[in-house]
Amino acid sequence: MSLPRDFRIGCGAGFSSDRLDPAVDLARRGHLDALVFECVGERTLAFGHRDLRADPARGYNPLLERRMRAILPLTFPRGTQVITNMGVANPRAAAERTVEVARELGLGGLVVAALLGDDVSEALGPETPLREGMTIGEVGRPFIGANAYLGADEILPALETGADIVITGRVADPSLFVAPLRRHFGWSADDWAHLGPATAVGHLLECAAQVTGGYFADPGYKHVDGLAYVGFPFAEVGADGGACITKLDGTGGRVDERTVKEQLLYEVHDPSRYLTPDVTADFSTVSVAAAGDDRVRVGGAGGAPRPERLKATVAFDGGWLAEAGISYAGEGARERATLAGDIVLERMRRVHGVNAPLRVDHVGVHSLHANAKREVGHPRRERDGRSLHAGDALVTERGRTLDSARSLREGDTPATERGSTPGSARSPHTGNSGDHPGDHSGDPRDVRLRCAMRASSRDEAELLLWEVEALLCCGPSAGGGYRGAVTPSVVTYSASIDRTMVSPRVEVFRA
Amino acid sequence: MSRTVALRAIAHARAGDKGNRSNVAVFAFDPAHYDTLRDQLTAERLKREFGALLAGPVVRYELPSLHGLNFVMDDALEGGVNESLNLDGHGKSWSSLVLGLDITLPPEVG
Repeated sequence: MSLPRDFRIGCGAGFSSDRLDPAVDLARRGHLDALVFECVGERTLAFGHRDLRADPARGYNPLLERRMRAILPLTFPRGTQVITNMGVANPRAAAERTVEVARELGLGGLVVAALLGDDVSEALGPETPLREGMTIGEVGRPFIGANAYLGADEILPALETGADIVITGRVADPSLFVAPLRRHFGWSADDWAHLGPATAVGHLLECAAQVTGGYFADPGYKHVDGLAYVGFPFAEVGADGGACITKLDGTGGRVDERTVKEQLLYEVHDPSRYLTPDVTADFSTVSVAAAGDDRVRVGGAGGAPRPERLKATVAFDGGWLAEAGISYAGEGARERATLAGDIVLERMRRVHGVNAPLRVDHVGVHSLHANAKREVGHPRRERDGRSLHAGDALVTERGRTLDSARSLREGDTPATERGSTPGSARSPHTGNSGDHPGDHSGDPRDVRLRCAMRASSRDEAELLLWEVEALLCCGPSAGGGYRGAVTPSVVTYSASIDRTMVSPRVEVFRA
Repeated sequence: MSRTVALRAIAHARAGDKGNRSNVAVFAFDPAHYDTLRDQLTAERLKREFGALLAGPVVRYELPSLHGLNFVMDDALEGGVNESLNLDGHGKSWSSLVLGLDITLPPEVG
């Protein structure tokens, strides 16, 4: 008996808001057996739950309709099976909407299968333990919902209906790829030696452009051409589970050993034990070898029995995130931004009595890594006594000081430790550029003050925006470009659940 | 003569996140530099340099066949993307943080 032919599988989205034109190009020119759209993250799933509560016809990916409208006329006549988790919190509604789009496009006969059953919100209770160490009830925030990561075992029956489109909710990302590979090659659920390599292929493809030159370019060190038109990846997978990772001719980006190696370990912890619902994959044995222009051969991943239990994401209402900013430029920009930040902190704490976690950054001077450096040889107390400015500030979350010191002006203590007592007032210091370890900014000509706060109510969140905007008239000289936003926030934790707690089922819809 | 270079000149890196745990994978451009990275880029060094941000334990996995090191850092994202007040709640830029470290190249591969 001859081996089955290679299976051509591509990735048309690596996250919920990914570009569409590279997916259309893949659908048109890729000669693909399957095209996967991976669109669910911890945040997007929680927002899906929120949308679903507001409207039972929503809760799926907001770009679903636009994506389906663009690709169905290409994939349906070509026989390319589309597999996606764009159902998010409501796969049935996503399938119904997809059928409507297909009818509008005149694609009669198109079949959509929805995989349901990942939602375990009803099966968990206040006593359910979370991996973070507390129970659901002990989190102390309103519960939004919980979803188990389903795997290839659950996706496979949906594929076997012969559907043109399979729409899921929460599944493990690589399983979206492993399931069609299992179907094509006939691998059984315990064929670890093949499920390991197949999982490696799925993991490499699941973030789309991240293996074809996206999230990679670093001018002067790592060159990538044509990122404005970066091609999305596809793999030619062989019967042993090994594959060639590549992209379409004429697209931007690059596929080389470096892009593949970076993606192989993306979001991976122990490389020899990458856990999915399908298998315990071993990426430490993977071989990565150039095989022509923008072609890389991967193989050699190992596989061991799958974890007994499933992972579930549990989402809670996280209150509100308030963010507001104002810019200062020219001589003394940094000093004026420092003064402005001090004023905001002072007014939020003393005038409004708000002790919510509040962070103040100087964007352009020190922000993302503001609290990374430990000052070796400078004990905390000594450092706190030196000239401090609000620019590198961060207070606390859940009782723990996140920034070690810079944020806390003399006399301040972290909000959650301090209770309602505001920090002592302190006159603005003379901004001393370069006094922060790791700060190489010198004398910046352009500084954006950015204030961020996690608030328990929208009113409290809006206070921060108000105070930053009021700097226009009441703050330092020449501040401009105020912007502010309040966004609802979710907090997610994870739980380990028994496989019997999920009840996967497939529903089929026809255009 | 040995010489000191920025890690960025001899290695590339990518950061990823899961909850409040970050990982940064670092790969030598030239396989000849892998041993130097393994010797100088230790979990203890990351903890020492960035301990104020990387609040929890740092574990390093070695991948000699890929000439890479994977650092897994617990409690390193100020609560994680859904809780952090950092502009970069995912810690996507933690790779650039690590690439800013200095490496001393021994004479034989310098």
